[in-house]
Amino acid sequence: MTYLAKPKLLRTDAPRNTLGYTRRDYEGAISTLCAGCGHDSISAAVVQACFDLDIEPHRVAKLSGIGCSSKTPDYFLGASHGFNTTHGRMPSVLTGAALANRDLTYMGVSGDGDSASIGISQFAHAMRRGVNMTYICENNGVYGLTKGQFSATADKGSKSKRGVVNNDTPIDLVALALQLGASYVARSFSGDKEQLIPLIKGALRHRGPAFIDVISPCVTFNNHAGSTKSYDYVREHNDAVNRLDFILPRDQINTSYAPGELRRIVQHDGSVLHLRKLEADYDPSDRVAAMNYLQERHALGEIVTGLLYVDSSAEDLHRHLNTVEKPLNQLGDAYLCPGSKALDALNASLR
Amino acid sequence: MSQVKPIESSNDFVIKFANVNGSGSASANELFARAIMRMGVPVAPRNIFPSNIQGMPTWYEMRVSEAGWLGRRGGCDLMVAMNPQTWDRDIAEIEPGGYLFYDSTKSQPRSRFREDITVLGIPLTEMCNREYTDARQRQLFKNIMYVGALTALLGIDFSVVEKLIADQYRGKDKLIGANVNALKLGFDHATANLPCPIGLRVKRSNGVGDKIFINGNDACGLGAVYGGATVAAWYPITPSTSVIEAFSSYCRKYRTDPDNGMARYAIVQAEDELASIGMVIGAAWNGARAFTATSGPGISLMQEFFGLAYFAEVPVVVFNVQRGGPSTGMPTRTQQSDLISCAYASHGDTKHVLLFPEDPYECFTLGAQAFDLADRLQTPVFVLLDLDIGMNDRLCQPFDWDDSRRYDRGKIMTAEMLDSGKNFGRYLDVDGDGIPWRTIPGTHPTKGAFFSRGTTRNAYAKYSEAGTDYTYNMERLRRKLETAKKLVPAPVLKPASQPTRFGAIHYGSTSPAMAEASALLEAQGVHVDTLRVRGFPFADEVIDFVNDHDVVFVVEQNESGQLRMLLLTEGELDPKKLVRVLHYDGTPITARFISGRIADALSEHKVTPLRKQVAS
Repeated sequence: MTYLAKPKLLRTDAPRNTLGYTRRDYEGAISTLCAGCGHDSISAAVVQACFDLDIEPHRVAKLSGIGCSSKTPDYFLGASHGFNTTHGRMPSVLTGAALANRDLTYMGVSGDGDSASIGISQFAHAMRRGVNMTYICENNGVYGLTKGQFSATADKGSKSKRGVVNNDTPIDLVALALQLGASYVARSFSGDKEQLIPLIKGALRHRGPAFIDVISPCVTFNNHAGSTKSYDYVREHNDAVNRLDFILPRDQINTSYAPGELRRIVQHDGSVLHLRKLEADYDPSDRVAAMNYLQERHALGEIVTGLLYVDSSAEDLHRHLNTVEKPLNQLGDAYLCPGSKALDALNASLR
Repeated sequence: MSQVKPIESSNDFVIKFANVNGSGSASANELFARAIMRMGVPVAPRNIFPSNIQGMPTWYEMRVSEAGWLGRRGGCDLMVAMNPQTWDRDIAEIEPGGYLFYDSTKSQPRSRFREDITVLGIPLTEMCNREYTDARQRQLFKNIMYVGALTALLGIDFSVVEKLIADQYRGKDKLIGANVNALKLGFDHATANLPCPIGLRVKRSNGVGDKIFINGNDACGLGAVYGGATVAAWYPITPSTSVIEAFSSYCRKYRTDPDNGMARYAIVQAEDELASIGMVIGAAWNGARAFTATSGPGISLMQEFFGLAYFAEVPVVVFNVQRGGPSTGMPTRTQQSDLISCAYASHGDTKHVLLFPEDPYECFTLGAQAFDLADRLQTPVFVLLDLDIGMNDRLCQPFDWDDSRRYDRGKIMTAEMLDSGKNFGRYLDVDGDGIPWRTIPGTHPTKGAFFSRGTTRNAYAKYSEAGTDYTYNMERLRRKLETAKKLVPAPVLKPASQPTRFGAIHYGSTSPAMAEASALLEAQGVHVDTLRVRGFPFADEVIDFVNDHDVVFVVEQNESGQLRMLLLTEGELDPKKLVRVLHYDGTPITARFISGRIADALSEHKVTPLRKQVAS
């Protein structure tokens, strides 16, 4: 239950990161989701990514909307402030939080109902606005908390647990994010932590809107034959374009790959994304090519995963607004209030 | 000629300009209003404009009042009829004995005029066509030309207007010369051809003093700067848009870092009102002072989020510049009809803090204070103004600021406090005032983090559906709103000149009309104590005022008597005691209306006095 904190039983030999934190320091309350829920794997991946990146837990703000996915921020980073907002409106609340303090790391967690149905407007505008955040959509194609209705990402022709066939065209949030200007776009699968953890790390170190669509099967309502978001279906139809290794500036660079298979991308903070190419002609720096590839493979019934697009020189909303380096929530009275003299001069101009 | 004696009045009359929207008349009319103020005579101008950019009728009504009555008077002593579309109704509106000024280029049949008014014609179009070749210039200078003619007709010093133009276009000498030239053409023509000055005159006075002339939306924007707001998120909507435009322009002026030109503020035009209030909530949750400005439809869209801010206890400020509703209603007309939708905004049991500024001065002071109140109370605070004060320039006392004042950021627990072992429970009432302590994200590595949510939780912000946790929280919120009563600005009492059992309660932009109505009633021997409510939840004095009078008129600019509803509910008062005086046609309420309604009600009342009923 969410209000039960995890017991702090700690092995004395638990590995610590360079800040001295153990993995346990990045965990949250005990999950209340169904056993085997893909979302819990994503929470575990977030924990691992933050631990590996030596992020101080309290310097992360985690925000979510409403739904099964949006409950998960309670289950990781217990030492971070979190905000479980309203249905579909996480992006605006996160945007405001990011405006107030540019120094924290912002993680937005949402689901397919939250992002693609009720919140598609906020999803779209946060992407095009360039909010510096890691936006994870835990995508299971179904409404879990209200027991199994289709969401807007459910594939046409897919069958619900009750046998109802979905006739509506699905929304592909990855395609939308690409079109709307997200500067880091990836798709992964909750059952593939080897792929997912480095993608989350890359997103956390990216400056700008980073979007990761994580197919996360709903074991209770969308894991049956006829579903296109089940564990079996996704494993069979997964077309990974690349495999990512995330390398911090301090890490030794692994050069064991053959030249030509690797693509090295340096992000603005000096961190390096090493892409092991799985599809020879895939170029993650070409937005248009990425969009085309996605459509082509979709037509073949394949689910493209991996780092689909990255613009390592992207600029974020704060840059666009030219805000001061010091977080706005730390500016004192003297920086904010023009005082009585300025007011006297203003009064004089109004007569 | 007219049988009615022409109106003779100096420094006390109403001029109305009938124009076509988008013709550039607004700035010429404003120039004229300022000229009269430079003569030391108070003026209250009001733009009566359509929801349109170009082509539809628009009026600029200017009340000149040496006594300083700034409410709308009604009627019109001098009509400047520049719009053929509205000619007939404009002519009809002139008071008997009044004056008509018009463009006489095209001759009009006698039947289109009235016998009981003085007609003053100048061939403005002809003069402009002769003088200018460019169509745009012809249009713009025609406006300045009529200002010149009116200057002569009302006996205003030419040099005053000339200097005003020079001040307005300082640094753009070409424009000064051209405008003064047009002004002089109008002035000279009127002087030579019309009976200048007419019975309406502007005489030098010292009625303006050190007052300033500004609109409420600009003052709200300035109040937000002085109040320390750093984040504004908004969506354009009439009549609130200029609040953000003003905030933006004052921020550029006062909040640009002198060293590097960077902004000590962030303004985001959101995709809709839901996103605007979401951003404001996010910023405020994260410790910045944040606000939005909107109007009725925006308030409706933000309802769910208001509930979240109330329940998660996030200090946000909302400027609501009210207009006529419901639905799209009358977007360019004034009303005070969002009290209920703000006071109890959102589903579930909520109650919000409302502030009611009476003029631009209070838009500034209450606007700035709203941020202290929101932080202190950790709840949404609504500043409810309306189009009448928001979008019209109004004379008001100059802005002031005490430099020793510091922002009250409320109960924020710092890292030092957490380290010193203070017990932190986000929703724990440690001080008995219902207001809990909060931490700002990122404060401490191991202490003070909490998970905000709209769902129920216990005092330590842990998810809980236990009834006892829920009721603890709701009762604490009720205590918090009790605390708010003592913190919102106190009502302003204006006692009648002698003891009376009659009272009137009013708020916001009704203030000047109410003051004038009191004077009119006093002159008729009717004495009414007035109380101007400035905040909600109501301070005890508001309820006491009702209890201290036999009959209380509640004067409002809406159809249903929304403040009266709040008084009845919150004060548990007898409905019979509170008499509605309601004005809601979209125009600003007038003193004539208020005094008329109160006088009528009292004469009816005398037939069956309350005391007699009580006695029987």
